[in-house]
Amino acid sequence: MTRRVRLIVFAAAAAAVGVLLVVTVVGMPPFGNAFHPYRDVAVAAAIAHQTANVVSGVNYDLRAFDTLGEETILLGSVVGAAVLLRPGREERERTEVPEDEPPLQAVRLVGYLLLPVTLVLGLDVVAHGHLTPGGGFQGGVVLGTGLHLLYLAGGFRALERLRAVPPFEVGEAVGTAAFVAVGIAGLAVTGSFLANVLPLGTFGSMPSSGIVPLLNVAVGMEVASGVILLLAHFLDQALRVERR
Amino acid sequence: MSILHVYAYLVAGWLLLGGAFGIARSRNLIHAVVCLSIAQSGTYVLLIAIGYQSGASPPVFGGSTPPDVAAHSAVVDPVVQAMTLTDVVVAATVTALLLALAVQVAKRHGTLDPDELTSLRG
Repeated sequence: MTRRVRLIVFAAAAAAVGVLLVVTVVGMPPFGNAFHPYRDVAVAAAIAHQTANVVSGVNYDLRAFDTLGEETILLGSVVGAAVLLRPGREERERTEVPEDEPPLQAVRLVGYLLLPVTLVLGLDVVAHGHLTPGGGFQGGVVLGTGLHLLYLAGGFRALERLRAVPPFEVGEAVGTAAFVAVGIAGLAVTGSFLANVLPLGTFGSMPSSGIVPLLNVAVGMEVASGVILLLAHFLDQALRVERR
Repeated sequence: MSILHVYAYLVAGWLLLGGAFGIARSRNLIHAVVCLSIAQSGTYVLLIAIGYQSGASPPVFGGSTPPDVAAHSAVVDPVVQAMTLTDVVVAATVTALLLALAVQVAKRHGTLDPDELTSLRG
């Protein structure tokens, strides 16, 4: 297909999608109206389970099974990227990575200052996922990417010294398994997979909303490990893998 | 119906079609992956717009007393926000996989231009 034909096909398809979008928007309830039946049900259910952050309540309580699926998508993508990025037959991995030029003093200073702050922030976002905006996914990304401030500030060798890959492979597996384990605990105690098995606690306090904080920690661990593994594979590909 | 009532939907449609257009005319696989992310961000805008209610607050309650459900129902829809979170996570995983594929394509075929990948031509 030439570029010209491709763009003509695209124009026709885009026009059709555009017409469907306009028809849909015209037929939808008006923007910003007060009719949100799912909202009413979800807010009531989250408050009944003492969850202050209703979004977390939806993700880790009402739709926890879907979140398990989402988590396994992430696991699958990490495994897939690891398979795709392994060194090929005509490639080899360098054991010693040449030290690159030291970064600017200002980058080093800011990187080393912000590294602990960012990691604490990530832990805070995971730990308070059921009370304030955030949760396992968001905090996990902060943790996983925040660790790479070390790469910006100290270079690849500094990162490698602190970030050995095997523990994060274990973390990825344990995070996913912990989610399933909480689900099986629900199955054993109440007869329903991922049903709440913990005391609900008092609204707005740290121990509250049952299994939500537990699942937040499991997901936070899995996401942080997953991000670190993904970036490790890409960094290896850029710095370590070379043609024989 | 004023422009403000359809503005969010217009942005969502614009991002979706603009991203798809970028993929269709892309000459670089990395560019195509970024365009896919743009098209996907149209779905975030759409989901958040569907859950919006004028004057409503976020679906996160402060304080230590549970809010009165009937009196405090003026929060935006948390269900579509949770779906947006799922959407973002899936987008990130898809981007990671596609970039890994682009790395391998560049190594095997020595090019990132989809038009030059003759061995993949159907």
